[in-house]
Amino acid sequence: MKTAALDAQANTSAVIRLQGLQRRYVMGAEFIDALRAVDLTVEANEYLAIMGQSGSGKSTLMNIIGCLDRPTAGEYWLNQQRVSEMNDRELARARNQAIGFVFQTFNLLPRMTALANVEVPLIYSGLNRKDRYVRAKSALETVGLADRMMHRPSELSGGQRQRVAVARALVTNPSILLADEPTGNLDSSTGNEIMKLFDSLHEQGNTLIVVTHEQHIADHAERIVRLSDGDILSDQKS
Amino acid sequence: MLITETIRISLMSIRGNLFRALLTMLGIIIGVGAVITMVALGTGAQRAIDEQMAALGGDILSIQSSSWFSRGVARDQQTLTTDDAMALAVGSEHVSDVVPEISSRFQIKYGNKNFNLTTIGTTPNYPDVHGFTLAHGEFISPADNSARRRVVVLGSEIPGMLEVDAALLVGQKVQIRSITFEIIGVMEAKGGSGWRNPDDDIWIPLSTAQFRVTGNEFVQTISAKVSDASTVPMAMLEIERVLRREHGVLPGKDNDFAIMNRKQFAQSRQEATQVFTYLLAGIAGVSLVVGGIGIMNIMLVTVTERTREIGVRKALGATKGNILLQFLVESTILCLLGGLLGLALGAGASALLAKYAGWQTVVTSESAIMAFGFSAAVGMIFGIWPAKRAAGLDPIEALRHE
Ligand SMILES: Nc1ncnc2c1ncn2[C@@H]1O[C@H](COP(=O)(O)OP(=O)(O)O)[C@@H](O)[C@H]1O
Ligand SMILES: [Mg+2]
Repeated sequence: MKTAALDAQANTSAVIRLQGLQRRYVMGAEFIDALRAVDLTVEANEYLAIMGQSGSGKSTLMNIIGCLDRPTAGEYWLNQQRVSEMNDRELARARNQAIGFVFQTFNLLPRMTALANVEVPLIYSGLNRKDRYVRAKSALETVGLADRMMHRPSELSGGQRQRVAVARALVTNPSILLADEPTGNLDSSTGNEIMKLFDSLHEQGNTLIVVTHEQHIADHAERIVRLSDGDILSDQKS
Repeated sequence: MLITETIRISLMSIRGNLFRALLTMLGIIIGVGAVITMVALGTGAQRAIDEQMAALGGDILSIQSSSWFSRGVARDQQTLTTDDAMALAVGSEHVSDVVPEISSRFQIKYGNKNFNLTTIGTTPNYPDVHGFTLAHGEFISPADNSARRRVVVLGSEIPGMLEVDAALLVGQKVQIRSITFEIIGVMEAKGGSGWRNPDDDIWIPLSTAQFRVTGNEFVQTISAKVSDASTVPMAMLEIERVLRREHGVLPGKDNDFAIMNRKQFAQSRQEATQVFTYLLAGIAGVSLVVGGIGIMNIMLVTVTERTREIGVRKALGATKGNILLQFLVESTILCLLGGLLGLALGAGASALLAKYAGWQTVVTSESAIMAFGFSAAVGMIFGIWPAKRAAGLDPIEALRHE
């Protein structure tokens, strides 16, 4: 079996390229290597699932890819740009423009309507009120929530909240959509709806990375990377 | 664009916890209210003095013999005479009127009533110069003065003391130092000019006073009226020149008289009031600072409470600057709202003080703007630390925060 990582090293047009990525958590005298030396390349329009047991380093990897966390060692290129060289403004811009992040716990702002939540990234993109409205509305339509725009998160079901979160991740047309256990807090039928949504987003040409520990969720993806104890165990087409 | 968005977000979060916002603002509300009230009281007191000064008319210089100050030795030497008054009336062009005065406290008897009253011997132009008007009868006439008549004019409060209607008193007799005088007039009330009450004085002709009481030509005070306030310094020089010549004071020697300017007294009183106002406002300002510390405290709590929100915003593309601005704007808005409520409180308190305590209060736009600007500054200064803390949060740490 040939690993996709080897193939990708020659390719410079990758959306994401990780090389020898390490993330060490230091707690006093002790430390944990959540990631040891991860090499990974993701091309445009790929649909990737990251699998692994709890504590294997999936979230740590996603947070680094999402520019929310920094690696202890190794290199990360996002759209051919070296992330370690970015300053606060450039990182904020990368989170805003290049990446759409869907969290397991939704992370919607509770006092705002669905529409206002989806508009938040557009505020930081510097769009005016009217453009924000148009784009947020169309993102909510994409996830099938056109009729729930004025609801607050507390007035929505779990599946609907996650759809709002997906709309919010989509709204800036990012290069890549990251989802860390997006169905983890949902029942299985709602989870399946979200996965169908991801499938259709992939069909529309989006690049996706979905973290899960459930095989039937991972089966939606074209490629499955298995993590174990901070290392890539396998990387194969599904 | 982003600033209006920031303001909107801040308003939303303030509205989300209105009661706490109100408690947070309380310090600022009380601080601004106190500053506004104190300044209103001070300004009111100054305005009262201004009005008194305006009531003084142009300006009146008061000339007295300065024998008391003579080389530290207290010598009761009189130097001013009626001739001096005449010389001033003729010889100084900036002085429009001159009134010589002698005053003493004498026993006055009317029927079975007995009072000690300040009795002023003076000339017919006295009411003009000092701003009195007659309520009944007439003032001392030139003929009264030259004939040393025993006539008297009463201050407006005397009829009340005698328990007789003012109009009925004209033509009646009183005893001054056991000498019978005829009452020829009663003054209109003038009101205190701050030092003493002029409405319980009585007036007799100057010549009568000199003949009956002092037995000489000296006068105690010469009041010189200067109609144009801007010429007061020149008038003072003129008076000095005329009197030195009259008294034959040699060059290099001290004046044997002193010229006092009533407006100067009023001005120094006004300055004292101003200092007092600043002092009070300063003390009230301290409570503004205490209010600012309250704001800082709550903002720090808010940052901790909203750590997750900060994490979400950062994950969605907010820069450090965006977060910093948001918390800074929020604390500034809190302070400005507090300032607005404080302004209302201060204006209300000033109105109540004016109504029930009878103090003159004036809320000026300057004091309102000042208190407002100050509270905005307090919001910004005390918002910086919490805002910096929020901005410096690591996105992933903030997202993990429960
Ligand atoms: N903030 C942290 N501090 C210390 N250790 C951490 C922290 N976050 C994660 N870890 C550790 O890193 C390892 C990987 O964690 P994580 O990436 O969350 O795993 P997964 O998402 O696959 O369950 C675990 O052993 C976890 O305990
Ligand atoms: Mg995880």
